[in-house]
Amino acid sequence: MHKLITLAAALTTAFAAQAHAEELTGTLKKIKDSGTIVVGVRDASQPFSYLIGNKQYVGYSVDLCNKLVDAVQKSLKLKTLEVVYQPVTSSTRIPLMQNGTIDLECGSTTNSMERQKQVAFGVNMFLVNVRTAVRADSGIKSIADLNGKAVVTTTGTTSDRYIKQHESGQKIDVKNLYGKDHDESFLMLETGRAAAFVMDDTLLFGKIANARNPKDFAVVGEVLSSEPYGIMLRKDDPQFKKLVDESLTKLYKSDEIQKIYSKWFTSPIPPKNINLNMPMSDKLKQQFANPTDKGV
Amino acid sequence: MNLHIDWGILWQESPTGDGPYWQLLLTGLQWTAATALSGWVIALIIGAVVGVVRTAPIRTLALLGDAYVEVFRNIPFLVQLFFWFFVLPEMLPKAAGDWMKQDMPRPEFITAAVGLGLFTAARVAEQVKSGILSLSRGQKNAGLALGLTLPQTYRHVLLPMAFRIVIPPLTSEFMNTFKNSAVALAIGLTELTFQMKQMVEYSNQVIITIFAVTVLYMVMALAVNRLMAWIERKARVPGMIAGGGK
Repeated sequence: MHKLITLAAALTTAFAAQAHAEELTGTLKKIKDSGTIVVGVRDASQPFSYLIGNKQYVGYSVDLCNKLVDAVQKSLKLKTLEVVYQPVTSSTRIPLMQNGTIDLECGSTTNSMERQKQVAFGVNMFLVNVRTAVRADSGIKSIADLNGKAVVTTTGTTSDRYIKQHESGQKIDVKNLYGKDHDESFLMLETGRAAAFVMDDTLLFGKIANARNPKDFAVVGEVLSSEPYGIMLRKDDPQFKKLVDESLTKLYKSDEIQKIYSKWFTSPIPPKNINLNMPMSDKLKQQFANPTDKGV
Repeated sequence: MNLHIDWGILWQESPTGDGPYWQLLLTGLQWTAATALSGWVIALIIGAVVGVVRTAPIRTLALLGDAYVEVFRNIPFLVQLFFWFFVLPEMLPKAAGDWMKQDMPRPEFITAAVGLGLFTAARVAEQVKSGILSLSRGQKNAGLALGLTLPQTYRHVLLPMAFRIVIPPLTSEFMNTFKNSAVALAIGLTELTFQMKQMVEYSNQVIITIFAVTVLYMVMALAVNRLMAWIERKARVPGMIAGGGK
């Protein structure tokens, strides 16, 4: 009897494996058939995903995606898997994911409920805090000090919304300015057109580290909002999502994530060898201990 | 492939607290129209003056006019806007620069309208000049021979004909001011293309958003086109150059 059960179990496993191999669907099938995986990357989302030299895409998200590519290759038992890096922008990333151009997006994409209507996300890989950068000599210490001042943010986020959402901000009124990109928003802060620049803290620290005089600027005040970043996948593709989630969870629970994190956030990074000096927040540690794909 | 097209999005509330998405686009439309129209008024006034002095027999003035046209026509509009917005305040005395940056009302709008006006003026000046030069020299000489002064000759003889001739090319320039105003999103003017980008970012409805905005731009351009055609018809004087009967 015992033998019979073992045999049955072995057979079931064999059949299941067979069935699994035959029933590849969605992205995994596409990758297996073409022998290629297309990874969406960003040109200038330091330190998540950016271009150095003229060819190489590097960054925290890119490192995580390379781990995923290895996992895909292993699970599909492919001898070779060609990796194509396809640059995307914040406005092209979702359409290119939907129409099948890219298979994974490794940038700095907020995992939001709104986006989850159109794409899926792997378990969250990072948490950014929306905060405020000011000139160090401005005397601004908190959101309440911004009353009546001009506040710049980059198109696509609204500082006003974040400030109003914040409790202590409810009694203040700010003048909104918009920069076309982060460089321009920072220029508005630098030239005095704006008293404050409200943006994700990683970007603020990056811009300040790159400024002519990093000491002239400071990141101050309350955390206006916390957003998880995720690796973007195609929607309704449970097989691929399962593989991505499992591989990421394994990575988050190992020591390796600490190494990848400190490589990008607490050590000098290329091309200018600037150190962001952003130790891992407690919230992110919790996130890695209990991975989730919940959006905001 | 699932493009997830949902027309109802236009009536959905935007997360910015600025009302539903159609209201976002309407705000953008208003800023685009305001910028283009004010830019056009500035362009017409400066362009007409510069165009006229370039044909006048006063050498210094003509050279100045030529210089204006060459400078404003040869520098990309985006670069000009950046200059007015970011560079000029730093070049002025500190008090004036600070005023431009902090106290000037609606700095993005004023910079965009004036910048667009100065840019388009160079192109209008070119049209006006070629309109005047297309008239036969006998017209000017006849005016002077009748005892009119040079300004009177321009006012009563040359300009009425030249302006009628250049209405069609000016129509294109007028339509261009609407399209060029989109560049102002680079200095943060919340015009139509800016709102389009916002809406794409928030709603992720790329196709619907771009479609709606395309239609709005086409409607504006068509309205300008029809308006200018109407002006051309109304201004027609039978027997005058380019003004023959139907």
